Amino acid sequence: MSEKPKLKLALYWAASCGGCEIAVVEINEKLLDLDAVADILFWPVAVDAKYDDVRAMPDHHIDVCLFNGAIRTSEQEEIAHLLRCKSKVMVAFGSCACEGCIPGLANFYSRDGVFERAYLTTPTTDNPEKILPQTVTKVPEGEIDLPEFYNTVLTLDDVIPVEYYVPGCPPQPHQIWAVIEAIVTGNLPEPPAVVGAGNKTVCDVCRRTKGEKKVSKFYRPFEIEPDPDICLLEQGIVCMGPATRNGCAEDRALCVEVNMPCRGCYGPPPGVTDQGAKLVASLASVVDSNDPEEIERILSDILDPAGTFYRFSLSKSLLRRAKV
Amino acid sequence: MSEKLFEPRIIGFLCNWCTYAAADTAGVSRMKQPANIDVIRVMCSGRVDPTFILKAFREGADGVLVAGCHPGDCHYTEGNYKTLRRMTLLHQILEQMGIDRRRFRLEWVSSSEAPKWVQLTQEFTDQVRALGPLNWSGTVLAGLPTAAEHVCAQEVAE
Repeated sequence: MSEKPKLKLALYWAASCGGCEIAVVEINEKLLDLDAVADILFWPVAVDAKYDDVRAMPDHHIDVCLFNGAIRTSEQEEIAHLLRCKSKVMVAFGSCACEGCIPGLANFYSRDGVFERAYLTTPTTDNPEKILPQTVTKVPEGEIDLPEFYNTVLTLDDVIPVEYYVPGCPPQPHQIWAVIEAIVTGNLPEPPAVVGAGNKTVCDVCRRTKGEKKVSKFYRPFEIEPDPDICLLEQGIVCMGPATRNGCAEDRALCVEVNMPCRGCYGPPPGVTDQGAKLVASLASVVDSNDPEEIERILSDILDPAGTFYRFSLSKSLLRRAKV
Repeated sequence: MSEKLFEPRIIGFLCNWCTYAAADTAGVSRMKQPANIDVIRVMCSGRVDPTFILKAFREGADGVLVAGCHPGDCHYTEGNYKTLRRMTLLHQILEQMGIDRRRFRLEWVSSSEAPKWVQLTQEFTDQVRALGPLNWSGTVLAGLPTAAEHVCAQEVAE
């Protein structure tokens, strides 16, 4: 069709839920347009290619690698290094690769704590011999090894240099398509840069009416039926809008439109290093009291503030993990 | 190792109108105070973004102090009330991150309270000294990679 050689793409998933893969498929019939201009060389969820096929490629053979998922095992780190060598452009795709996302919440615990919960104490677990994953296990046939599980969940750019960041949990299809178009037409900005997202906050594009905020009680979403037109934060619902980058929908705020508060999946807005700290600042200042005890009582309505404010960005926060 | 006393490193964010003036008076009056507090002057305690405090802990502070005008006396009317609310919430965050709540303090010291400032610095320094070093990046974050550099095998061969 065209004389231009087809673009070479790779996609990979590390510590992620698979939602980013679904999000890519959600570009629907545009997948055919993508297929017309690009070859997908490696995509474990959809294409039958092995690690050895990637190892056999010359360096910088892949044009763009969309890497989703955080780094929490030695296998994920190894493949990140491998794909870095084989790719001209590395894209941290989705919140996990950018900021750690939900897997990053494991940073409130240690590896031992995670293992204990996952393999011993969950009600549906039956493990009387208390067997935990080992990196090396001896069996009659020889030795079997498993990747090492890290104590701390890392982001992609902790282990390799990254050119572009596509935030979102998952990135929204219209943004994915915009990024793919930018890649195909060569319209990517100077790296490093966030692509496929806005440069404001969710509040900036939220269409709810905003007035002066004075909150004397915080609610969890199920405890209140919110007014559909007024700012959710004004109604006492913890909304991450003030500290979250826009981009989940064009000139709109996706979750907020259906009466659910913004949870912060597009990460911190430009210029912000610590999303949770910014929400502490904006949320606490709307508390309607000057009395220390009353302030404490009102704020105690927020269960698990760290887990709420750092739901998507703990791995990339200033403290990065809790001291356990 | 010698039996040298651990000297904590404390970052103090002081409001220009009250606490900084008190600390200044204490200094000019040659009142004896520990040298552990690195003072950062801000125009209002309400200027202290929680980010600053987390950054101080991340980069090696053993304790952080935020101090401003007494409630009702804020030069900007209610900046210190905002501080009070923010720091109350930040206290919970720090606790969840595993930082002892005694490492972080919010205090009100007016410009005429130089002796109170001296007493506060002494008390807080002793308290943090008793807690021992925090050394966040050297212990909690020890061994974690940051800002990765990367060299491919082929580049090494060339």
